[in-house]
Amino acid sequence: MLPSIPAPRFVTFAYRAYVALFFVYLAVPLVVVAVFAFNDSLYPSLPWKGFTLDWFFGASAPKIGLFHDRAILRGLVNSLLVAFATTAASVLVGTTTAFLFERYDFRFKGLCYMLMLAPLVIPGVILGISILAFSSQIANAADDAFGIELNALRPGLLLVALGQFSFIATIATLVISSRLRKFDRSLEEAALNLGASPFMAIVTVTLPYLAPALIGSALVAFLMSFENFNTTLMLVGSDAPLTITMFDRMKQGSTPVLNAVSVFLMLGSALLGLVSVMAQRGGRGAAE
Amino acid sequence: MNAPLNPAASGASAPREEGAAARRLSFILVFAPFALWIALVILVPQLNLFFLSLREKVGPQVYVLGPRNYTELFGESVYVLTLVRTVVMSLLATFATLIIGFPIAYYIAKIARGRARTLLFMSCLLPFWVSELVRVFGWMLILRETGLLSRLLQGLGLVDGPVELLYNDVAVMVGLIYTSMLFMVVPLVSTLDSLDDALVEAGYDLGGNGLVVLWEIVIPHAKPGIVAGAIIVFMLNLGNYLTPTLLGGKNSQWFTAQIYSQFITRFNWESGSAFGFVLLVTSSLIVWLALRASGQTLSGTIGKG
Repeated sequence: MLPSIPAPRFVTFAYRAYVALFFVYLAVPLVVVAVFAFNDSLYPSLPWKGFTLDWFFGASAPKIGLFHDRAILRGLVNSLLVAFATTAASVLVGTTTAFLFERYDFRFKGLCYMLMLAPLVIPGVILGISILAFSSQIANAADDAFGIELNALRPGLLLVALGQFSFIATIATLVISSRLRKFDRSLEEAALNLGASPFMAIVTVTLPYLAPALIGSALVAFLMSFENFNTTLMLVGSDAPLTITMFDRMKQGSTPVLNAVSVFLMLGSALLGLVSVMAQRGGRGAAE
Repeated sequence: MNAPLNPAASGASAPREEGAAARRLSFILVFAPFALWIALVILVPQLNLFFLSLREKVGPQVYVLGPRNYTELFGESVYVLTLVRTVVMSLLATFATLIIGFPIAYYIAKIARGRARTLLFMSCLLPFWVSELVRVFGWMLILRETGLLSRLLQGLGLVDGPVELLYNDVAVMVGLIYTSMLFMVVPLVSTLDSLDDALVEAGYDLGGNGLVVLWEIVIPHAKPGIVAGAIIVFMLNLGNYLTPTLLGGKNSQWFTAQIYSQFITRFNWESGSAFGFVLLVTSSLIVWLALRASGQTLSGTIGKG
């Protein structure tokens, strides 16, 4: 089936209807979540009891809005901390690893490339438990042998960030590699001929060229970290990131404050998406 | 690892030996972060997990090596059934995602034009900018006893009282399909995009009907995308914890939930590690079989970036 090939009218119509239905299916759960954030009821369900912003700004029980809910605000701060750390580490290691695989030939390169991809093939839950077991055993050993309490290696935000970094670094590497591959090496050589040191050539010529990929991978890393659940669940300590706080509430059943948080997250993602589109545009402009 | 084998390119103006030394240093600088990352958070913890799974507790703080954790897992029919069930449901969900997603990918790649095409593609990505948690929450609000669908059915007079549509296998399937749709549609769109319209037209010119063209031309061309999408979606389904737990409730019996309960609830790390390894091996084995059967490679499928 192609636009250039005539098809029976009902086939075309049925196909279009299917596509339309599909996009309704994609949208409905999100619309439902968003709409109930504004329902003036204690439960996120029908009947509709009128419009309210209490689930965002409400300050008194039972209508405690998102901006007055301590557990949720703390979860948000924890998630932001973890996401910033994970993003910084992933983009840094992603950049050096992209250079490693695009610029160098070395023994066992094929094997190393497979190992670099491995975190995408290992289920997130298993990444989580393996890091949990490993770090706890080190902490236990340090405690037994020297009596040192290595709190950083106990379940907590640092381990959560490490767990997320373990696979987000792969994604950053892939994104940055694919742009580095298209880079015209003669530009770097020109800089070297003009007297720049290899390091200066990379900083002044190559990295600016990579900027869109760096920004893009940073946004993806941030989003993936913020949204991560499977790995995080295994490594979380007493300080829970937002997804874990929300999960616990969701299991118990909650007021529409969760809908308000969801709307807040949707807006945040939309903002990130906008930044990413602008960064890609900027990059295209610079490349031309 | 070894020194770089191609000391060409950089440092053309510097004396050769100095250039080689600088190149060696730069190699070490970019190799070190990679090595630390893979060794400390992937390789060693995974090996350690494997070692843990082979450890048998014979007394407080006393362990011996042995396969007991595995024999216990495979000796208990509940665990084996949970594993089989998780694999079968993940495969079914993957197949359903392919069937639902393929026409959409084809429409975006081959039929929609210009702005409509960009718009459709972007709207496909949109839900996935939102946390999986929020997406599952949406389905909970729709499917639960006091949810929208139950109200709708009552309003239409199709059922008498509230109906619980949550906590069953269908709910889990709906959630899994919804959650992983993007990872099927995107690779499909990119392979279908490279299919030359002329080939499809030639198929029709030679007398093929729609189904023949689809089977003989479109699907063979899209195979790399189908394999890539199916593998990613399958792995995501198998390793998912959130969707089966929230939409399936206690009845979901997903294998990852067993891992969680062994590891976190019962604090039985030896057995939990064995569970984790069984899941890892099962997942790798099925992915490997799929790659073999379709003649693809892992780096060609996932590493494309």
